[in-house]
Amino acid sequence: MSATFDCVVVGAGPAGSAAALVLARAGKRVALVERGPFPGSKNMYGGVVYGRVLDTLVPGWEQEVPVQRWITRRATMVLTETQSLTVDFRSGAWARPPYNGCTTLRPDFDAWLAGKAEAAGAVLLCSTTVTGLRRDDTGRVTGVCTDRPGGELGAPVVIACDGVNSFLAKEAGLYQSFDPANFTLGAKEVIALPRDEIDRRFGLAGDEGADIEIVGATADVAGGGFVYTNADSVAIGVVLQLPGLARSGRRPEDLIAQLKAHPSIAPLVAGGDLKEYSAHLIPEGGYDAMPEIVTDGLMVAGDAAGLCLAAGIWLEGVNFAIGSGAAAGETAVEALRRGDASAKGLAGYRRRLESSFVLRDHRKLRRAPHFVLSERVQHRYPAVVCDLVEQLFTVENPAPKRGGLKAGWRALRAHDVPLRDVARDAWTALRTFG
Amino acid sequence: MTALSRAGAAVPDIAFEDRMATVEFRVAPDAHIVVDGDSCRGCTTRACVTACPANLFVPTSDGGILFNYEECFECGTCYMVCNTEGAITWRYPEGGHGVVFHRS
Ligand SMILES: Cc1cc2nc3c(=O)[nH]c(=O)nc-3n(C[C@H](O)[C@H](O)[C@H](O)COP(=O)(O)OP(=O)(O)OC[C@H]3O[C@@H](n4cnc5c(N)ncnc54)[C@H](O)[C@@H]3O)c2cc1C
Ligand code: SF4
Ligand code: SF4
Repeated sequence: MSATFDCVVVGAGPAGSAAALVLARAGKRVALVERGPFPGSKNMYGGVVYGRVLDTLVPGWEQEVPVQRWITRRATMVLTETQSLTVDFRSGAWARPPYNGCTTLRPDFDAWLAGKAEAAGAVLLCSTTVTGLRRDDTGRVTGVCTDRPGGELGAPVVIACDGVNSFLAKEAGLYQSFDPANFTLGAKEVIALPRDEIDRRFGLAGDEGADIEIVGATADVAGGGFVYTNADSVAIGVVLQLPGLARSGRRPEDLIAQLKAHPSIAPLVAGGDLKEYSAHLIPEGGYDAMPEIVTDGLMVAGDAAGLCLAAGIWLEGVNFAIGSGAAAGETAVEALRRGDASAKGLAGYRRRLESSFVLRDHRKLRRAPHFVLSERVQHRYPAVVCDLVEQLFTVENPAPKRGGLKAGWRALRAHDVPLRDVARDAWTALRTFG
Repeated sequence: MTALSRAGAAVPDIAFEDRMATVEFRVAPDAHIVVDGDSCRGCTTRACVTACPANLFVPTSDGGILFNYEECFECGTCYMVCNTEGAITWRYPEGGHGVVFHRS
């Protein structure tokens, strides 16, 4: 199948399909190569797709996206072993177009988006693993090698959308360093429950869905937890920082079991059958852990470029993948028109990202990953705030009520958090999220 | 109160084999991950044994590691947490093979 294209895109995840869609629409001959038997077959996530990025790429997307539920309820939960504190937000506006986000399964969503690229003229090659880059004597990337017999694909531009492990970005020497602490393992269960039972448990109706992010759910391991509602299943999982997980001696499924056993979580998932267990890595290092994203003949987009935003209250990667993939596609179209796919000719890619939400959000939130995974945020503050609230709401007549400040002070002391640390963290939080 | 139990393992609500039986694997003829059990003998972390979500790394009584590639999520955790050069050789399986998710 040795063949030549204008562009080869590796990986039919959201980044790759967005890139291929843009190129195909511009009339370019583009191959979209996917190692799974169908797009999405290798991919798992939480998952909510935030669709605003699709408004311009696939107008009317909300009419046809394979939606499970539209998110109308967004909760952030802080847990200790026996306590929980939840900030629970609902919006009627999110139940109507233009919507904010929806749960959707990756085998459905990724196949849908790849289908758009195909319909626009991209050649989708599934069950094909790219095994390496093809290069000329000057080192410029000129295509890829695949595991199909005679399976070289030549192209003046290659876009690596090959996900978190990106062996292509590594092969091209774009990762200066690769620190396992910048990665988390997500492990998740999809639990079947009748639709109306989910509605009852989560307080939903019709197509409404809930998204719950959890801090303090992962014992000694830095990370977090999540619960999402699909139409007739609930996804529950944990996200675990790799070195901490390896040191902990705790197994991923054990940490999921513990989350499911928490008194605030158990009623949400009780009695359902496990339909699928899955696991996948997340690049959480943010802006400062990104690799180089351009070299001669090659651009890197999506998780392959570390462009997933995992910053505590946010877990967004699909939208950043689509945004960066589309920008790489536009840059490729321009470079092909000018006949210059050198690193210089592809420099517009970085500029496009810098001026869009993709790198603006990442630059703004560059301190977030370190902060959110810090020991105090992970382990001490959940206990402090839960104890503070417990003191405020425990009625101890005939003893008079304790003031909030006093309760806060006691909670901080009980968990060994000096006031100066609180002040420092408050300042960091302000600079990070403000 | 500390953050959610730091101590013992939670009671599993499903046997590990049943958990893995929910996942489709189109097993490739060739192993995509090879573990050099000899390199593992000096390893004190056993990071892979704890972290592999598919629980594919099994310590043997003589200090080695037994590994089977067949029910692997292809996540990459093992090669990232392993500090021993050469212990794990890792690549993606042949196209169309390996894990296939349907509901995630
Ligand atoms: C547990 C978890 C929860 C998450 N929750 C959310 C969420 O709720 N919302 C959200 O927006 N994001 C979430 N994310 C992040 C999101 O899933 C990713 O950021 C997103 O999938 C990145 O898209 P991508 O196209 O860059 O990469 P991927 O989706 O990983 O796609 C890469 C594709 O490339 C293919 N591929 C890789 N190597 C090769 C090769 N050599 N040859 C051929 N094909 C190859 C793969 O099979 C795959 O299809 C979550 C992630 C995890 C793990
Ligand atoms: S694979 Fe690596 S982490 Fe696992 S036992 Fe061998 S040396 Fe240790
Ligand atoms: S890639 Fe993931 S599932 Fe496969 S052996 Fe390594 S850690 Fe286990």
